[in-house]
Amino acid sequence: MNAQISTGDTAWILVCCSLVLLMTPALAFFYGGMVRRKNVLSTLTMSYIFMSVIGVQWVLYGYSLAFGPDIGGLIGGLDFLGFAGVGAQPNAVYAKNIPHQLFAAFQMMFAVITPALITGAFVERVKFKSFLLFSLLWATLVYDPLCHWVWGQSGWLKEMGVLDFAGGTVVHIAAGFSALAFALVIGPRKGYGSFPIEPNNIPLTVLGTGLLWVGWFGFNAGSALGANGVAVNALVTTNTSAATAGLVWMLLSWLDGRPSTLGIATGMVVGLAAVTPACGYVTPWAAMVIGAVAAPLAYYAIRFRERRKLDESLDVWACHGMASTWGTLATGLFATVAVNADASNGLFFGNPSQFAVQLIAVIVTIVFAFGMTYVLAKALDMSIGLRVSPIEEEVGLDISSHGERSYS
Amino acid sequence: MLKKIEAIIREDKVNDVMDGLSAIGIVGLSLFEVRGHGRQGGVQLVGRAGTYQVNLLPKIQINIVLNERNLEAAIEAILQSAYTGEPGDGIIFVTPVEDVIRIRTRERGTEAMNYPGDIDERKKK
Repeated sequence: MNAQISTGDTAWILVCCSLVLLMTPALAFFYGGMVRRKNVLSTLTMSYIFMSVIGVQWVLYGYSLAFGPDIGGLIGGLDFLGFAGVGAQPNAVYAKNIPHQLFAAFQMMFAVITPALITGAFVERVKFKSFLLFSLLWATLVYDPLCHWVWGQSGWLKEMGVLDFAGGTVVHIAAGFSALAFALVIGPRKGYGSFPIEPNNIPLTVLGTGLLWVGWFGFNAGSALGANGVAVNALVTTNTSAATAGLVWMLLSWLDGRPSTLGIATGMVVGLAAVTPACGYVTPWAAMVIGAVAAPLAYYAIRFRERRKLDESLDVWACHGMASTWGTLATGLFATVAVNADASNGLFFGNPSQFAVQLIAVIVTIVFAFGMTYVLAKALDMSIGLRVSPIEEEVGLDISSHGERSYS
Repeated sequence: MLKKIEAIIREDKVNDVMDGLSAIGIVGLSLFEVRGHGRQGGVQLVGRAGTYQVNLLPKIQINIVLNERNLEAAIEAILQSAYTGEPGDGIIFVTPVEDVIRIRTRERGTEAMNYPGDIDERKKK
């Protein structure tokens, strides 16, 4: 078995694992810059804490639920509890060229950042205890099963032939539509709509964007699980989509006034989220189309949300959910075996059934993530309460939840 | 008679106003970063997707306490140096001051207001 391990592939995935880990701090600062100064620490903590929470959960049982031996296509068995048997030997089902433990660690970083993405929906008003409980339940009841369906051995969506290279469904659609559901349950921030709630530090958000883009190379190119041509293609398509979406967003912003810095940064992230499911299956040209369509889609999704007075505060639904819904469907259009011989062609390459499969996966993910999150959030709201008190909200969560302040 | 000027001006006019005041010998002042709006009501900023209205704008407030006889000169200096002609140039309030005590010397009233080389000494020469 050991003879099959490639040191080159192993080295590359070790690097990618670290790059994806970096995305959670990057996301923390991306979000931290957009809230008010009284909630910066709270917002940072709600991303950083997942490096601890999922860092433990994944080893204890998360990995086993997601990637353990299949039970009915729905969930993984408990064989890998505590990383039992997950060691230096490769697991032939997932990656026969790298140690099984490395595959598990790489996947852990995805499990870490996904619930952190959702926090953008409820910053500045959520009760920390309820947030922790929700997140652990969400990771266990939403992420782990969904991950199994799409990526796990004999997961039912995988068996159906869904193409999701790096987490369009599992990560971005799931997080985006969960954010939407949570925002509907928790309600808007105090004063939302009656006075402007401005970002405290856009430079932090811009820095976070840059680090996210770098980390995304690990996320997407690393999902090739080897240092090979598909990884290179994923890196190039990732870059191309982000670049295109950043440019298109700049133009949209310019048409509405000025080319906003926050807008350009947002566009870049939208391009990254959109190409995530597609990056290892499509050409750079297709990635340009994916990025170019994702930007106006998310831009007008934000405007639509604002008109509906829905305080999904940092637009996780628009920027991740909608962008990746498009990206996952676009994978069913643009996928080509010329890029990835192990995959299938999309609609434009003579295989319309692939588009149908992608559509089913999108709908399943949206319904499952939205429904489960709505029920979990509602149950917590009715039992221990989701929101801090109005006075705690006014004081800010840095002081009222953590007893600290960001700046003095 | 002592007077206090509270001049609320544009952030970007601070250096011009300070220069204008020191040119006529106004040496003592304090400066505050404030936020507010007048009749104009605020400005539009560009957000993540589209624009939004901001009501409270950052402004600088300069406080000066001085002898009444120097009031008009100081007001004229501010008017000239803070002016752009666009909405948002600011406003000047003038109020009477009951007393002034310099902590180091315990001087009071107009005595406490004199500095070497200030507007009064210049007038004497």
